[in-house]
Amino acid sequence: MEKFEVLRTTAVPLPIENIDTDQIIPARFLKATSREGFGENLFRDWRYNGDGTPKQDFVMNNPRYGGSILVAGKNFGCGSSREHAAWAIYDAGFKVVISSYFADIFRGNALNNGLLPLQVTDEMLQRLFVQIMEKGPNTEFVVDLPKQEFYVPAWNESVSFEIDSYKKECLINGYDDIDFLVNQKEAIEAYEKKKAWVY
Amino acid sequence: MAKSLFDKIWDAHVVRSMGGLDVFYIDKHLIHEVTSPQAFDELEARNLSLFRKEQIVATADHNVPTKNQHLPIEEPLSRMQVDKLTDNCRKWNIELFGLGHENQGIVHVIGPELGITQPGMTIVCGDSHTSTHGAFGAIAFGIGTSQVTQVMASQCLLLSRPKRMRITVDGELKKGVGAKDLILYIISKLGTGGATGYFVEYAGSAVRSLSMEGRMTVCNMSIEMGARGGMIAPDETTFEYIKGRPFAPKGERWEQAVAYWKTLYSEEGAPFEQELHYDARDINPMITYGTNPGMGIAINQPIPSQVSASEAVSFDKSLKYMGFNPGETLVGKPINYVFIGSCTNSRIEDLRTVAEFVKGKQKAPHVEAIIVPGSKQVEKQAREEGIDRILAEAGFELREPGCSACLAMNEDKIPAGAYCVSTSNRNFEGRQGPGSRTLLASPLVAAVTAVEGKIVDITQYFN
Repeated sequence: MEKFEVLRTTAVPLPIENIDTDQIIPARFLKATSREGFGENLFRDWRYNGDGTPKQDFVMNNPRYGGSILVAGKNFGCGSSREHAAWAIYDAGFKVVISSYFADIFRGNALNNGLLPLQVTDEMLQRLFVQIMEKGPNTEFVVDLPKQEFYVPAWNESVSFEIDSYKKECLINGYDDIDFLVNQKEAIEAYEKKKAWVY
Repeated sequence: MAKSLFDKIWDAHVVRSMGGLDVFYIDKHLIHEVTSPQAFDELEARNLSLFRKEQIVATADHNVPTKNQHLPIEEPLSRMQVDKLTDNCRKWNIELFGLGHENQGIVHVIGPELGITQPGMTIVCGDSHTSTHGAFGAIAFGIGTSQVTQVMASQCLLLSRPKRMRITVDGELKKGVGAKDLILYIISKLGTGGATGYFVEYAGSAVRSLSMEGRMTVCNMSIEMGARGGMIAPDETTFEYIKGRPFAPKGERWEQAVAYWKTLYSEEGAPFEQELHYDARDINPMITYGTNPGMGIAINQPIPSQVSASEAVSFDKSLKYMGFNPGETLVGKPINYVFIGSCTNSRIEDLRTVAEFVKGKQKAPHVEAIIVPGSKQVEKQAREEGIDRILAEAGFELREPGCSACLAMNEDKIPAGAYCVSTSNRNFEGRQGPGSRTLLASPLVAAVTAVEGKIVDITQYFN
């Protein structure tokens, strides 16, 4: 996993609520057996016509917008547990997704892949959409993970965001849970021995 | 302090706590061909081994054809994925119910029917509908592929404890109203994200009166309102279902198991962060009109004509995709496809419901109906009970088991623009094939639709 510290970048707005992981990466693209290459099919059916030509009205095909933050409507990542959704977003160059809340499994999958799910209030989310879509797609944002701070230079305003302290350390250092869990083997074996009911 | 069913099982599986996170022990790990290959690769790339292979069970379901399963899979990528699962299971010595095996089927159908799923267990699978197994009083939930690797390597996950919600439904369900209507009703009340962050316990006399099949349908769709999982306290119905199944405890072990399982319930005064109550008599046959499972209505009610300002963009987008107008009724809309199957509704009880209704009737000529049993065992039982003949005489075909048109990874797809009344769990855009339009409903509503060729107000039909 790549390390994450401070990011300064523009953002891509997607003001739709309840974006499910079937939209992020449709099931027919889950046949690959590696983790790579899912980015080209990110939002496939919103982004491309059936013949593969880009849909001009989709935000990722609009040259005005770019950057490595995706700003999306509330309840982002609901539905299927496919981690391919987090892989696709990361593979397409995004490092942060901002929304006013995330589906639980998606949030976990994102954190396990160096993709930061950054939760803001509903009000802040609406202001971000207005800022990016009406005032200027060139607006830059700063995500400072060590300080847990989201800064909007155009407003000279910053808000703090929540993240579990262990998960934060993992992102900053590029670790994941596997290293940690494998080191717990003694405790796990001890637990198995004293378990009241073993299946 | 009084403890909830959820807390009893959770606490019994905490290896150790650190800050807000628990090292959480997993009893059973179910795997399938789509979300496991990268996990096996990761295990090897890190030079790790399987920690407890005997606690893993594998099957091929997501990607398999539902015709001619005795022949090699035609689609090369699907074949490669299924072959990879077989290779990995052989290499690591994991029990596999692969294509052609008498126990093969949808992972959330075979776990319970083989007696693998038991009360008090913790069960995970790289699939969000793992919540199904909660019907037995287990903590069961879907995980991502990185977590699949974690469980393979350590039999544990690092988790924060979800909040607790109890949904109580009391009273008697009306005629023509079943488990699917009950859960679609609850999701329509909470919305597609209304239970995010929670683990739900379903309780009340309406829930208690459901069969295990019905309880599985309810718990299965917990994820569709964002819940981490759903569960129902085990009772005599549960024990009766498990008894004698191949993986169920036998003899003295059975007595010990039942004695333990009887301690698994929420005590009087157990804490829940949220409690909701519904009256079973308020529930009607349900159907969805939009592009998430929260967009459900009673089948004879109109589509809402107004939503809040913040929801308007998504609501309009959704209705435009579906080709429906705000305020209109779905009754009378012609339907060309009916799908009866998926981990939500592909069990023997579902097929019996369909057969009972279609017996002596004919499928409407313009309807293409796909009926896919949840497992080889369900298929076998349906043939033994003569359900296959009843279906054939009514113009339906019983396929071979798999996830099929629920997520359309295999050949079973609904064409762009076509409407499909489906007993599955998701009506997301393109879920059943690019451009497909899904209306979620019960097996009974699906059967009536297939015969009538259009949406029918079944409340009138049955009265």
